[in-house]
Amino acid sequence: MTFGIYEIAGIAVILAVLAGIRLLSSVKRAALGNRLGAVAMLAAIALVLWHNGIVDSTTLYIAMGAGALVGALLAFRVRMIRMPQMVALLNGLGGGASLLVALSVILESHDTMELSARLSGQLALVIGAVTLSGSLVAAGKLEGTLPQRPVRFRGAGAVSIALLAALGALAAYATFADAQAAAVISFVVLALALGFGVHFTLPIGGADMPVAISLLNSYSGLAASICGFAINDILLVSIGAVVGAAGLILTRIMCRAMNRSLADVLTGSTGRPSASSPSGQAAGAPAAARDEARETDPAAVLASAASVIIIPGYGMALAQAQTQVRELYDLLEARGANVRFAIHPVAGRMPGHMNVLLAEVDIPYERLVEMESINSEFAATDAALIIGACDVVNPAANSAEGTPIYGMPVLRAEDARNIIVCNMNRKPGYSGVENTLYGRPNVCFIEGNAAETLTGLIERIGKDAAGAAAP
Amino acid sequence: MGFLALVGVFLISAAVGYRLISNVPSLLHTPLMSGMNALSGVTVLGALVAAALALRSGSRALGIAAIVLATVNVVGGFLVTDRMLRMFKSGK
Repeated sequence: MTFGIYEIAGIAVILAVLAGIRLLSSVKRAALGNRLGAVAMLAAIALVLWHNGIVDSTTLYIAMGAGALVGALLAFRVRMIRMPQMVALLNGLGGGASLLVALSVILESHDTMELSARLSGQLALVIGAVTLSGSLVAAGKLEGTLPQRPVRFRGAGAVSIALLAALGALAAYATFADAQAAAVISFVVLALALGFGVHFTLPIGGADMPVAISLLNSYSGLAASICGFAINDILLVSIGAVVGAAGLILTRIMCRAMNRSLADVLTGSTGRPSASSPSGQAAGAPAAARDEARETDPAAVLASAASVIIIPGYGMALAQAQTQVRELYDLLEARGANVRFAIHPVAGRMPGHMNVLLAEVDIPYERLVEMESINSEFAATDAALIIGACDVVNPAANSAEGTPIYGMPVLRAEDARNIIVCNMNRKPGYSGVENTLYGRPNVCFIEGNAAETLTGLIERIGKDAAGAAAP
Repeated sequence: MGFLALVGVFLISAAVGYRLISNVPSLLHTPLMSGMNALSGVTVLGALVAAALALRSGSRALGIAAIVLATVNVVGGFLVTDRMLRMFKSGK
């Protein structure tokens, strides 16, 4: 195959896709960028149909129509809190599609394929299958149908190595085997790779899911790209590589934000102390001993604050307290306060998840501030309001050497003049490290469901206002 | 295209993609990821050819199944990304 009209048109499509991604760097033009990508993809489909002379094959349109219908239903119906599952599922389907194409090509034209294409086909089979089964397990964990805790067993590492070695040997053998043998081996490779995907995702714990999803996102792109090598298609190779790179970037950002190496996440090993063992610093006095009825009234603090920073965590989403957060935001803004949100990179179950949850309740995006930008501003802030977040505000991360969160970048809520915590309870977060913030004198801790707590606060601040206005 | 030319395409695409995506603000990382979902459905192009040109019914069926999965990916990915991006509103 030479460099012809398909390749030239293909490069035009690739450039359009890249231009679309470039627009994603601006919030205002991001939607346009996404639509540009969609149009480019549509053009690519038309190009392929025309170039191969298969424009009039009805079956293809029926298959695409069925997929489009399911995709549209998923896209319009999914709730934002379930977006991580949705993305995991789509990653899996992408991997599944790549493995099916690879398998179809191997079965159809093994004899006429070059060695490099045969090997690519086997590789696409492996990565596609790992992506498919791994993503389904991840989606199950996120949805709660599978246990969220890491599933570990002795010798898991040895099993991984054995599986990978077997996959490598079989893929190499299939590359040089005749068509009949290659077909049989391909199914064995497929089964082993599916098993490896499950084995690879089971040890990953619930709160490590942002890393797992990012990595699987990268794999789904890689599978498409390598599939492109097998069928000699520039569009698959290029666009798959872009997706692979994107997933890799997000994986790195998530690992850094959680202070965990990729190897630790994948093996489910955390070096974290068990929940019962004493952890954190001496400053963290036993929770029960703390004075529940504090002098400071949280409603009064918020009512008189000129500047408030709200720190939402996944607990807020679990309590479905976004609407109440929005009401509180409106109320405080109406009273003249400057209210902003501090977003930790791993707040939520996937990269950027918290921003989407808050955008859904119409919080203007200028108010969603990332950690690096807002950390220096806590010191000049009247009130930090923590809603369902724990590890990401734990000052122990700066000082408690030897604990799993030591060195993890955290939001410096401790610097604020007053700190109000609306968490379910005082238990440590996912890291298992006692939160030393809770013991500080300027902290007011309100235990219970965040939605109810906030409703109570909103009522009392409202009354405050009415009371102040009356005389 | 030859295998080496494709390796070149792979490397250049990954490098350019890496640069462009590094500039996407963390605010938009979720829509970025669902948008990438849509793009990984590019496999649909291979699936169309595999399904249409296959002579054996088995490999044809695999190709058709691949079209369905990849289109769910493409359409679902682009639509859900659009839905999310439209939620991000300015306060001004």
